[in-house]
Amino acid sequence: MRKLTVLMSLVMVFALLLAGCGAPPPSAAPAEAAPAEAAAEAPAAEAPAAEAAATEAPAEEAAAEAPAADAASGTVIKVASQTPLSGPQSSLGTAIKNGAQLALEQYGGKIGDFTVELAPFDDQATPDIGVANAKQIVGDPSILCVDGHLNSGVMIPSSEEYHNAGLAAVSPANTNPTVTDRGYPEVNRIVGRDDVQGVVGAQYAFNELGLKSVYIIHDKTSYGQGVAEFFRTEAGNLGMDVLGFEGTEEQSNFDSIITPIIAANPDMVYFGGIYSQGGVLLRQMREKGLNVPFMGADGLDSSEFVNLAGDAAVDVIFTTTSVPASAFPRAAELQVQYEERFGEQFQSYAAYGYDAMYICLEGIARAVETAGGMPTRAEVATEVRATTDFDGITGMKTFNDIGDLTVAQYVVLRVTSADAEKWGENEVVQVLDIPAPTK
Amino acid sequence: MSEQPGKSSGSKSTKRDLSDEGLITRLLAGPLGPIFVIGYLAVVTFLLYREPRALLLRFLLFAGLLLIYYMPHKAWLKLLLAGVTVVAIIPAVGLKNPFLLEIGFQVATFATLALGLNIVVGFAGLLDLGYVAFFAVGAYLWAIFGSQQLWQLHSSPGTATVYNVFPLGAWWFWPFLIFGITAAAGAGMLLGTPVLRLRGDYLAIVTLGFGEVIRVLANNLDKPINLTNGPQGITPIQRPPLPDFILHGALPNWLSQVSGRTIGEGDMYAFFFYFLAVVWLVFTIAFAGRLENSRLGRSWTAIREDDVAAVAMGVPLRRTKLTAFAIGAAFSGAMGVIYAANRTFVSPETFSLTQSISVLVMVILGGLGSIPGVVLGAAIVTMLNIDVLQTLSLQLSSLRQGTGMIPLIGVPWAELPTQLDPARYQRLVFGLLLIIMMIFRPEGIIPSRRRKLELHEDDDPLAPPADSENVLITSTGGD
Amino acid sequence: MTNPIDAGGAAAVSTMPASAPLRVRRTNPIKEILRPLGQLLIFVLGSSIVMALITVALALILRPTRDDMDMLQITLILLPQVLIDGLVLGFMYATIALGYTMVYGVLEFINFAHGEIFMFGAFAGVELLLWIERTNGLDVGNLAAYGLIIVAIIVGMVISGLLAITTERLAYRPLRGAPRLIPLISAIGVSFFLQDMMRFMQSAINGDFYRTFPDFGPFGKRITLFSMPLDDRTIDIAIQVKSLIIIIVAIIMLVGLNYLVNATRLGKAIRSVAQDQRTSSLMGINVNRIIALTFLIGGALGGAAGVLFAFKFTRADPYMGFLPGLKAFTAAVLGGIGNITGAMLGGIVLGLLESFAAAYLSIFTNGAMGAEYKDILAFAILILILVFRPSGLLGSKTTQKA
Repeated sequence: MRKLTVLMSLVMVFALLLAGCGAPPPSAAPAEAAPAEAAAEAPAAEAPAAEAAATEAPAEEAAAEAPAADAASGTVIKVASQTPLSGPQSSLGTAIKNGAQLALEQYGGKIGDFTVELAPFDDQATPDIGVANAKQIVGDPSILCVDGHLNSGVMIPSSEEYHNAGLAAVSPANTNPTVTDRGYPEVNRIVGRDDVQGVVGAQYAFNELGLKSVYIIHDKTSYGQGVAEFFRTEAGNLGMDVLGFEGTEEQSNFDSIITPIIAANPDMVYFGGIYSQGGVLLRQMREKGLNVPFMGADGLDSSEFVNLAGDAAVDVIFTTTSVPASAFPRAAELQVQYEERFGEQFQSYAAYGYDAMYICLEGIARAVETAGGMPTRAEVATEVRATTDFDGITGMKTFNDIGDLTVAQYVVLRVTSADAEKWGENEVVQVLDIPAPTK
Repeated sequence: MSEQPGKSSGSKSTKRDLSDEGLITRLLAGPLGPIFVIGYLAVVTFLLYREPRALLLRFLLFAGLLLIYYMPHKAWLKLLLAGVTVVAIIPAVGLKNPFLLEIGFQVATFATLALGLNIVVGFAGLLDLGYVAFFAVGAYLWAIFGSQQLWQLHSSPGTATVYNVFPLGAWWFWPFLIFGITAAAGAGMLLGTPVLRLRGDYLAIVTLGFGEVIRVLANNLDKPINLTNGPQGITPIQRPPLPDFILHGALPNWLSQVSGRTIGEGDMYAFFFYFLAVVWLVFTIAFAGRLENSRLGRSWTAIREDDVAAVAMGVPLRRTKLTAFAIGAAFSGAMGVIYAANRTFVSPETFSLTQSISVLVMVILGGLGSIPGVVLGAAIVTMLNIDVLQTLSLQLSSLRQGTGMIPLIGVPWAELPTQLDPARYQRLVFGLLLIIMMIFRPEGIIPSRRRKLELHEDDDPLAPPADSENVLITSTGGD
Repeated sequence: MTNPIDAGGAAAVSTMPASAPLRVRRTNPIKEILRPLGQLLIFVLGSSIVMALITVALALILRPTRDDMDMLQITLILLPQVLIDGLVLGFMYATIALGYTMVYGVLEFINFAHGEIFMFGAFAGVELLLWIERTNGLDVGNLAAYGLIIVAIIVGMVISGLLAITTERLAYRPLRGAPRLIPLISAIGVSFFLQDMMRFMQSAINGDFYRTFPDFGPFGKRITLFSMPLDDRTIDIAIQVKSLIIIIVAIIMLVGLNYLVNATRLGKAIRSVAQDQRTSSLMGINVNRIIALTFLIGGALGGAAGVLFAFKFTRADPYMGFLPGLKAFTAAVLGGIGNITGAMLGGIVLGLLESFAAAYLSIFTNGAMGAEYKDILAFAILILILVFRPSGLLGSKTTQKA
């Protein structure tokens, strides 16, 4: 009997949990409806079953009520964001989401008669979760545009779903060439490409810094390995000596990777990957007495990098497609607003999240105008792709026929301070406007 | 689920059975039971059709299948009701909200995996912590041959020019289902052969290692020959060809009209994969159910209970164990092929240890060795994973956007750190589930009869382990 | 129970039958300290030499496959540094492996959650130091810095030890006597639970879930042992101060544990419980208490290793314990699980093996295989050992009981 009680209480807890999550934000009042529903169900079942029905019914009603408020009325348009909001890369993902939210708030939260809402999804930087979320997004007809993702490895499979559903997606961060090379009419990005970014990095190292040999480390992720491969190819073309090309999933112990680098004696180390690993690697490199220049790509672009690497972070050079706020006149203003609104430090990806959202909103607004009501997803996708000379925080944006920017900006940055607060003051050493590569 | 009519629960002998299923079964007895169940399904379906995105209704729809399972009625009636739910109701509601099909697909996928693992762990008593490796074998098999990967064997991942010719036609998907079964079974034997002599806990660690090896290989076989494309994953992978009248024309148009949203090629494929996965699941259930009571199944039970005695009785130890590994692996191999085609993308991240453990959780939660239990476990864990926790996170983040306060502690929702989103805490939930289940109900939610008897034979917690050697259910393989 | 904790080097390889009575041995405390030291020295030297010889032989064989570099020269130049790194790692594995081996020796149960206990220790140490940094700053003199590290290690040990006892009490003790699979699954549950629990606590308090080890004291400094010429430059072979500290602390703990188990009353009680719980309880030993103490000791060692790990590799995160835990288990099996000396040997061998694999695989295979294969190698070794010598390098024949 004791076990029965335990089990029943477990079931109850679970039911309550579900009920809790189904409950709408404070405003709605399911309390009234619940007893009625319970009463309706009770006679149907035999007496003891009523107990079960009673626990289920209020929850059921609550769940039914919540979406009813927005979907049924048909006056709500949603834009989804999908980025890692938790996990090691959450600082970048949250910046994008917050940027999108700020854009929506500044836009006024309304298009015509429609209220526009943000539906932030957490892809956990994992393809499986990203795809499952994408299916959920696709299943919600009020979502007309997606602002995401952070990781190309998640964007590529998820955008298959967006493509199937004809749902427009504007990527604020994905640099992997495959994202747009598939030629999907729905998938766009407002940043550059790895096959250019890697090249920019290699050219800078070779031409500007005069470095003749390189040892390349990457993090065995879709993004990290991708950009490292392009760096390697270009370095080889330029005549740099590629002394090693090593991938590692290791998060803490880099000893046995650093030793061969010391023996190989490169002029520099290039790291393709995310700051959470790069910071630790860099710190251990310096501790082991390897003092050659360290270079990376936009995965290092987070103030967390400095926290992890400490003093070693100073003078690190990285390429990025998200130009720091300091380089754009209007960004400073946004930075103040952002920090006021969220109480968090501004990251450059926030500006991209902001711009991607704005492009979505303007696309939807044009589609609403043409359709004279709720537009279809296809209409929105067409309008988003047609974006021309959008004057965003991060520069002028025009999409080409596969969704790349006709001209994208690539920046080489140098870390100037070991203080994370001063991340925004990194020195811009080179800014390049490079048109999208043509095949 | 319908394969095992509730023999044990239906009879009057369930009086001494203190678990809640006895209660439900008794409530559903008599002619009113089916009427209630049908009414229940009708109400849920109706509500779900009105509110296709309500989490709780989704949950209740799947719970309806459980009710059907517990009905103490004729098998044909239960089969009919379950069939109608799976074949008609879920797809019908899926028209409104394709996410339901995705849940159905994933539940079917993981239920198949859990059933395969159940053969190894539940029937034969060999703890396998790297089971997802066989899933990976199937998935990568079709991924490599069903994509353009073969053109890129000699180029670095991500740098090759995109070809548009597939080396194999899409129809090869069907033969590859068979190849997937074969390859996974082969991998099962490959793993099984060297570890035949190992006992329960050593075996657990070795299989865990094997699972990691497969994942690391998938992640690293991009050089010297670029077989798996490394961490970039392989995309696009072909889907099996469907007749034109399904993809275009009258049928999708009609469905679009009925559902009020555009039904395109992607949606039709969602239906297709849902049905394919369900068919494979039903086949697996039937197969596993037959196996359980076959000569082979009894041999497994024998070696699980006491392998020395089993050998003495003439059970061929080696062959019996190897068959368990091979058959268990085979189910997930085919599912891997289906999964790769559904996703059109595979990458090593899908085949992590967490995935293996979550399949194990499904088996344990539902009831080791119990086929309906395992399917239920898979449904619960999958829904928890992709649906409940995610939806909770979404709700939280919408609260965070607002200005409300957290009750009791009076802190604004907005200040709740995003790192606390429930979706991140699957491991916490799984871990707790495992511990609680082991302490309070090691036989699972729907236990297999044999195991329930075993585990409640003797409840003396202080009995020294030396004594328990006699009833070790996993002490197989010692020599 | 057939496999008592058996720390005697000679006894370890003996074929003492399982049912033999516990040897009554008059122990000489000094001998009990010196003997494991000697064993460690032999293990370190022996396995280093063996690994080095194998590597050089491989280099000689594979030399003709690469014409862009002199493989032998590179191999030799890297060798001392790789050895040092491997040994540091090996000592860390050994310290963790002891926790597995103690528990296994007594309960024949793989404490799957040991890696997470290790992780909690790491966080305890890091949090303490970060707290001190916030309140007083860590600009302290050298001596005080050493003191702080020791305090951090002790705090890590205490927290981990307590955690280990708690998990034993809550998640394992109720299952004692249940079929073997059940506590193992519970342990997997504990492992998962603890990972996310730490993540939850860190996220709730700090907003992020990994912590960086504060940079203070003279530990980053490198002591150059000698230099080697390579082409037109010299390569310094150096060891960091912190690596030295790790080795010293690990040795102290290994020797201390040996002493505890072999030369004290408590140790005798532990060994006796390992041998036969029922008889021990008849002899007046409180079996539950001894088992709890075993968990405490194992957990404390794990906690110390955790702090050292975070200290060396500069960061702690909730998932840091899993892989080292698995490796340490491999090490324990490699040496012969349930055997304290074996765990040390296994740890050192595995550490070296990994270090060598990561450093040389890429060179030997011309980039076809990289450092990533080191885990595969570790697991391959585990499988081979279990298949061909299930009792491990030093285990007695009866380790695997039918």
